[in-house]
Amino acid sequence: MLVLERAGRRFPDGTQALRDISIRVNPGDFIALLGPSGCGKSTLLRLMAGLDQPDAGRILGRPDQIGYVFQDPTLLPWATAAENIRLPLRLRHMPKAASAVLVRQALAQVGLAEFADVRPPSLSGGMRMRVSIARALVQRPPLLLMDEPFAALDEFTRHGLQDELLALTATAGCATVFVTHSAYEAAFLARRILVMSSRPGRIVAELAADLPTSGRRDSAAYHALVARITAAALEARSA
Amino acid sequence: MTAALARLAPFLFAALALALWEAAVRAAGIPAYILPAPSAIGLAFASAPGLLLSSLATTLLVSGLALLAGCVLGVGLALVMASSRWARAAVLPWAIMLQVTPVVAIAPLIIVWVGDPFLALVVCATIVAFFPIFSNTATGLASAPAELADLFRLSGAGRWQTLLLLRVPAAVPLFLAGLRISGGLALVGAVVAEFVAGSGGFASGLAYRILESGYRLQIPRMFAALALLSFAGITINAALGSLERRVLRRWGKVA
Repeated sequence: MLVLERAGRRFPDGTQALRDISIRVNPGDFIALLGPSGCGKSTLLRLMAGLDQPDAGRILGRPDQIGYVFQDPTLLPWATAAENIRLPLRLRHMPKAASAVLVRQALAQVGLAEFADVRPPSLSGGMRMRVSIARALVQRPPLLLMDEPFAALDEFTRHGLQDELLALTATAGCATVFVTHSAYEAAFLARRILVMSSRPGRIVAELAADLPTSGRRDSAAYHALVARITAAALEARSA
Repeated sequence: MTAALARLAPFLFAALALALWEAAVRAAGIPAYILPAPSAIGLAFASAPGLLLSSLATTLLVSGLALLAGCVLGVGLALVMASSRWARAAVLPWAIMLQVTPVVAIAPLIIVWVGDPFLALVVCATIVAFFPIFSNTATGLASAPAELADLFRLSGAGRWQTLLLLRVPAAVPLFLAGLRISGGLALVGAVVAEFVAGSGGFASGLAYRILESGYRLQIPRMFAALALLSFAGITINAALGSLERRVLRRWGKVA
């Protein structure tokens, strides 16, 4: 699907944010982009979304519809949960009757069916993030991009949302690229883990994961994978 | 108990201050043309309530129309400025010039140009009232988080969709704050313009009553007009404040 060929990005102030990034995202992939703060992970995600353009290399096969989840839920505070989820459909001029069905399904999928008419300030942090995820998935995009969406949540909420996200993306069948700085999160969620180094941001290692679907967090394979990812990340830092 | 006391406190303070004022004027034998006692002011109002109340209505009408015109102009110009960088560069310096020029200085010109005295008052008050609405709305239109703007871009939103569904609603809280400031300024503008105009016309406002009472040494009536003017200002402020709170609650802000 989405292919990056030796993509690079230099900011106007001369900083080389990304260099020689080559990634092929396949349908149904779950890729974690792991790296320290400031390594250009978010910039890379923006390139993938088309919100920013590379000044070297090229990006091919970007789908028309892309779901994007930011670190903040970035909801419209004056609109209800249902209205927030309907936003991408509304912007693409989908008739209200058709979009209402999709919105109701999306709300039910993230377990917020009863909160359709509640505005964001009355929702908890975890609920707001679920609205944000439902909004990204409501248009059934083939590609879902997530920029450290759970970083600001408490640990229990985060674990719950990680479980839900795995189920949601498996049902939706979309490819997911998930930016994180946590080796635990990358190991738990992804099937492919790309480790980045900073200044300039490059991909220095790729690890494959094949964990059991149930009881993942307790499995020995999970802990071994976390150790391998941590070792690769440390190596990237000293390189 | 303490909450009720806090609500009553301004009235208790006023009653105390008025009582002291009355007692001091009577005890010292201060003549009414220097400082009238509150009772004399009340009598002055009671002797011609229709005159003062119709003046109050005129002043409120001028302020209200000016606030309305200020809204249309301020929001309109802010939208024009939001439409392009070029428009912003063209409009902003002139809007600021209008703001920094004292209305007292341009009022005589406006009175000459406009001709109709009532309309001239409205124009002067509009010039004073317009700027807070304009500048707050312009800031509000630019205040939507960049990430939300990105999200609109990702969904293929056009300029109009982004304006109507993101930038305009995002500007509402700041617009309301501007409206509240402008409400008070519209009254100030109406009064200043009437002082400058200095003539009665078909329906005179409170400012004219103050001038007239001064010329005729009817100092108690002057104070009564002044009291009505403060009352008008407080009412405008309270009404716009309550509108602001009600809308902001719906806007997901706790005010």
